[in-house]
Amino acid sequence: MDWTALAVSLRLALFTCLLLLPLGLWLGRALATARFRGKPLCEALVALPLVMPPTVLGFYLMQAFGADTPLGGVWERLFGSGLNFTFSGILIASLVVNLPFAVQPIQRAFETVPSHLREAAWCSGLSPAQTLLRIELPLVWPGVVSALALTFAHTLGEFGVILMVGGAIDGETRTLAIAIYDRVQAFDESGAAAMSAMLLAVSFLTIGVVYGLAGRRRWRRA
Amino acid sequence: MPERSDEVQRLTVSLHQPGPIPLAADFHCAAGELLALVGPSGSGKTTLLRAIAGLNRPRGGRIECGGDTWFDADRPLALSPQRRRVGLVFQDYALFPHLTALGNVMVALDELPPAERRRRAGEWLARVRLAGLEERHPARLSGGQRQRVALARALARNPRVLLLDEPFSAVDQVTRRRLQRELALLREEIRIPIVLVTHDLDEAAALADRLCVLHGGRTLQAGTPEVLFRRPASPEVAHLLDRHNVFTGEVVEEGGERRLAWGPWRLEVADGLEGRAPGETLAWYLPPSDVVLHRRGRPSRGERENPVPARVEELVVLGGMASVTLAFAHTSSTLSFDIATHAARRNGLARGEAVQVSLLAAGIHLMPAGSPANTRSGT
Repeated sequence: MDWTALAVSLRLALFTCLLLLPLGLWLGRALATARFRGKPLCEALVALPLVMPPTVLGFYLMQAFGADTPLGGVWERLFGSGLNFTFSGILIASLVVNLPFAVQPIQRAFETVPSHLREAAWCSGLSPAQTLLRIELPLVWPGVVSALALTFAHTLGEFGVILMVGGAIDGETRTLAIAIYDRVQAFDESGAAAMSAMLLAVSFLTIGVVYGLAGRRRWRRA
Repeated sequence: MPERSDEVQRLTVSLHQPGPIPLAADFHCAAGELLALVGPSGSGKTTLLRAIAGLNRPRGGRIECGGDTWFDADRPLALSPQRRRVGLVFQDYALFPHLTALGNVMVALDELPPAERRRRAGEWLARVRLAGLEERHPARLSGGQRQRVALARALARNPRVLLLDEPFSAVDQVTRRRLQRELALLREEIRIPIVLVTHDLDEAAALADRLCVLHGGRTLQAGTPEVLFRRPASPEVAHLLDRHNVFTGEVVEEGGERRLAWGPWRLEVADGLEGRAPGETLAWYLPPSDVVLHRRGRPSRGERENPVPARVEELVVLGGMASVTLAFAHTSSTLSFDIATHAARRNGLARGEAVQVSLLAAGIHLMPAGSPANTRSGT
């Protein structure tokens, strides 16, 4: 078992979840409640990482991270180093790849909250922020936990994009999924098996959480 | 019930916009008054109610309450729903499903300390007869109970206006009558303007002090139910209020007196013919209560007034009352009225029978000619 790779994977998954939570809430709520012209385009952009081949997405991200691009240039000026082959680089890649996993369950959850409930809260004197905290979040939290669980599990398992952007630098960008590949390449099947079993368990647990929460949502329709 | 100053809290609404939902609405509602906005689906009733609550913003107009301006498109000014302090009961009640009945009411009492909030919410639930159900979630309440929680939540915040959007449409008829009676009783205790949106004319007539008839976002006429049902301002209003006996006649002069020519008949009209020029075409309406059926072989009260022969086209017995539709030789329009079923039997009324009726002169209400068919809407 490559504990360093596991630590990188967990760190990456944790940061991805933490950063995508506010973004997913904002974007998911906006897409569920707002009506604007470019909405289908926004939804398509959010969903794009789902259908793009990871190597293609990884390739474009690698290109975008280069020092001669706006993103890479700004990053290098701010932090003194590039994004390719760094933890920051794979974190940004992970944020992009996981956007649909974070946004879509939250958007679906907000879509089930009737607009009348928000309006009733306003008429009862609650501010928009209080309405979000006290009325909407208690109704959409299963969707939020689903989003976090899916993001977490998907980050642990992400391979192609991470490999393209980060390579396999020990303790920096070599995640568990990449370590498994390396083990197999080195004919260390027992090492690969242990780590695979680990990922399998995490994935199963995550999906269990998602379906368990889906069951909890039933009371809302009663 | 908290004390309330008795200052005039009149709600004045004047909203105008060309689209997307056209509005040309002007009405007011005094403190303690219940105004019903009536009209078919799509007439803009709910849009107006939402505009009063601050949930939508029309392009033009003003909304004032008790001397405060809530909305003024010219300034421009639009207070948030939170600052308007309106109590709104939604058609689907919009109860917060994750909160108990008590929790739902407590949300509206946020300004109070927690213990006081709990006590007051409990009091409100007791007032709407829900004592003992405080800890129930909306999913475990009946339709009528949910409506009461919604009403308690709307009133708990001490609103300056109470808005009711079809509040009785989602419950069965027995519950509806009970809730209507409770609202009528509650009204005696709250001295604020109450605006009720409904498409149920009987409900509006039973509950409201005044009715305001809407069509296509326009307010056509406002007045007491008696005035509206006896004196609709136009054939359009008569049609929207489901009044059937609308006919067309012409002003004529006979023997120095003005009469209303209706086919071969020269009708005497108590009010409204003076000042009309002979030859003018008018629409006229006769309330069903002002039709007198002549009894066979015996003179009836008022039978000398505008006697007109007719034929029974339809006789529908609905329990103790029978609905009679009469056809006339000179027009395709029909005249409807209700009489007691035993009276219909005694008079031998049956389809095709010839009868004679009097159209009471005091009941004939003249209106500018117009085509009620144009106002017919989808509902």
